[in-house]
Amino acid sequence: MARPLAVCLAGHVDHGKSSLLGRLLHELDLLPDGKVARLEAASANRGVPLEWSFALDALQLERDQAVTLDTTRVHVRTPRRELIVIDCPGHRELVRNLVTGAAGTTAALLVVDGPLGAQAQTRAHAALLRLLGIRDFVVAVNKMDALGWNEQRFNARRDEIAATLAALGVVVHAIIPTSARDGGNIAALAGVPWWRGPTLVGALEALPDAPSVPDDAPMRMPVQDVYRSDTRRVIVGRMAQGTLQVGDEVMILPSGERAHVAALEGWPDAPAGVVAGDNVALALAEPVIVARGDLLCAPTAPARLTSVFDAEVFWLGRDPLVVGYRCELRVGTRAVPVRVAAIIQALDIDQLVSRPAQEIATNGLGRVTLRCDMPVAVDDATDCLETGRFVLADAGVIVGGGLVDASRYPDQRRAVRLTERNVVAVDHDISAAERGSRAGHVGAIVWLTGLSGAGKSTLAMALERALFDRGWSAYTIDGDNVRRGLNADLSFSPEDRQENIRRVGEVAALFADAGLICITAFISPFDDDRARARAAAEGRRFFEVYVKSALATCEARDPKGLYRKARRGEIKGFTGIDSPYEAPVASDLVIDTQHGDQSACIAELVEFVVTQCRA
Amino acid sequence: MHEPLRLPLPFMSDHLHHLEQQSIHLIRESFARLKPLAMLWSLGKDSNTMLWLVRKAFLGRVPFPVILLDTGNEFAEVYAFRDRYVREWNLDYINAPCPPVEATDPALPPKARAAARKTLGLKQLIAERGFAGVLLGIRRDEQAIRAKERMMSPRDSEGGRHDRDQPTELWGHNASAVPTGGHVRVHPLLEWTELDIWRYVERENIPVCELYFARAGMRFRSLGEADLTFPVPSQATTLAEIIRELETTRQEERAGRAMDNEREDAFERLRAAGYM
Repeated sequence: MARPLAVCLAGHVDHGKSSLLGRLLHELDLLPDGKVARLEAASANRGVPLEWSFALDALQLERDQAVTLDTTRVHVRTPRRELIVIDCPGHRELVRNLVTGAAGTTAALLVVDGPLGAQAQTRAHAALLRLLGIRDFVVAVNKMDALGWNEQRFNARRDEIAATLAALGVVVHAIIPTSARDGGNIAALAGVPWWRGPTLVGALEALPDAPSVPDDAPMRMPVQDVYRSDTRRVIVGRMAQGTLQVGDEVMILPSGERAHVAALEGWPDAPAGVVAGDNVALALAEPVIVARGDLLCAPTAPARLTSVFDAEVFWLGRDPLVVGYRCELRVGTRAVPVRVAAIIQALDIDQLVSRPAQEIATNGLGRVTLRCDMPVAVDDATDCLETGRFVLADAGVIVGGGLVDASRYPDQRRAVRLTERNVVAVDHDISAAERGSRAGHVGAIVWLTGLSGAGKSTLAMALERALFDRGWSAYTIDGDNVRRGLNADLSFSPEDRQENIRRVGEVAALFADAGLICITAFISPFDDDRARARAAAEGRRFFEVYVKSALATCEARDPKGLYRKARRGEIKGFTGIDSPYEAPVASDLVIDTQHGDQSACIAELVEFVVTQCRA
Repeated sequence: MHEPLRLPLPFMSDHLHHLEQQSIHLIRESFARLKPLAMLWSLGKDSNTMLWLVRKAFLGRVPFPVILLDTGNEFAEVYAFRDRYVREWNLDYINAPCPPVEATDPALPPKARAAARKTLGLKQLIAERGFAGVLLGIRRDEQAIRAKERMMSPRDSEGGRHDRDQPTELWGHNASAVPTGGHVRVHPLLEWTELDIWRYVERENIPVCELYFARAGMRFRSLGEADLTFPVPSQATTLAEIIRELETTRQEERAGRAMDNEREDAFERLRAAGYM
């Protein structure tokens, strides 16, 4: 038996969604015996003419106020198709109920009031539905009886709605004049000469099926639980994508370990193999540790492990979403603390355009950067829905959700993998104190971070000169220089940029160990990479110096002409242009090169390093 | 202008398989997150289907108690069915007695008061045993108020449901926090229809009580207390005949349930006070 097509009913409050659906049930003769009489009685009790919406709006409060409060769903069997129609409230304060109803559908029936035309919630719903994954739209221009079934007035509404939806990039299959009151064009044609079809039912029947997820997509299975029976451990979860059978190798994230499927279990029978959508119970051959929240994936195409990513989000919280807001992120079965690191854009509902913003309003949409307290395994939403969509929860209540776009961030899987276990560190006989007392200063790392053009190289070389002149041993590792030798094998992909920084961190630690003041001048845009460099220093002195200057100023300086090239699209993934820079929140020193004079900045840095490193 | 979002496709497969897998996922999710967990087993076709899905989820076992809210007024055939399957399926069974009708809200219509005994029985049991989660076999197509229910519905210590403040749920994520002193109701069959249940019962060969099959031109379509539930005219004596009957019926499933139909708001008031 084929699955019914789930259609979400959306649109501005009072444009007639529930009435249209109630009337549609009646026109298709789907209301059970006695129902119309009960609707008549309920309407008469409230002194109103027969309200078709009461077929859906069953709550007393809904009927008394003639407004839908909560989402509901009904099965609609048309002559040619089985549909599930989800009625949703149109009121702007009830968007969370719309989200509950619409999520999981792939098609929408958008109802627009003929006399009034598209309103704020018409546009807001359409934009939200697109984000929820709805691609196919049918539009009913309702209350045509109030427009006297006038062709010109319908055409004007039709053109206006088509333009609005075109701006959102959704597919509009039909825009139909209807009247819930007189039943026109719902199941049968209204009988006006200028409209030959389709009817609303005809248009819904013609909507494309939501097709199946292909079996050749890389395997993903979020681990839901581990059951211990006798001496076995059975891992359970639901297949998000791909297939699995006995003998297949899987990678476990975040650990990165690999194991083979030893058995698939089931009751009453064990399955031979499983596909997307199936609940799985499996045993692994190797004794690896797996827990709820882990992700099993295809080792040839694993998910991306990252603690930071961008996302298109919808926000339902009571207060606007702002930078610094903390809550819980849930993706698959994983739940981690998360912080809003940046608000990139917010959607203007009136114009349906995205603009740079400081916050995302309640019930609004926008683009943000999220930073989790630990790395999570995600995919871009365009690659896998289950691992590419997340919700935000505050005190257990869902307050938002969105689609992952991690394409600009490095996969941290390599970075967190354990190093070779057979390597044993050998201790030196000379202590750091001995080296320090001979040189007059201790070994240290001065890690400069900041945008290209902020002045890192200038400051680094000036500091090196000042320390050298003082008789100290200092050496600067500069980005372009290591790219010619040590890191000549690395590209500018997010992963290779991460590896570039990792190697510099390790080399800087060795220099500091040798008793030098090692100065590094790298953009090093990510908190994680800088934290890793600090960790590589293992207790040696490590000073993170934020060389601060606004993007516009750096771009105006553009000493190497790189911004111009990035703007022209000749360089991809350039920090500040199409790749993010995470400003440090707790650096050891901030040098403001935008407002400070160059020699004052140098003096400040030299003074800081000398004070900190004097033996 | 926005680019069209080219998202991958959600799961699509055979409808019964999809419903089954969605329910098993929710059952496992509640077992992982709501401890201790229990399920209501009213012995009808729906809760038997749910019990079957629980056994599938846990590879044949039922790892938590199953509860009958017992008014003492179930049909004899229903009690016999219970006794047999508690034994055969090795169930951790709790018989929860319900307080007398005098203890219920006197403002309710008389039949609704009789039904409200179960609400009180459930409340009492949850207070005694401290269940954080309870699985219930209700469905959206049974009743217009139930159609608005959530997969996971947090309840306060009174068990009541606040229609104006229901939590958002999407993409398989639900409200998980257990309210202080309260519990979370989990509804694995919410998306199923009556017809889906019978087709699944037939496909899986799930045992159901004999009262569902017509005798002398009458059968029970919905099973409740003996004093509140009435048979409806039917010739269906096999599963195939029940399915055929439901494919064309114009009668509501709960037409034989007295307390649904006393007053327009009867069921809503029962639900607001914590009824299933």
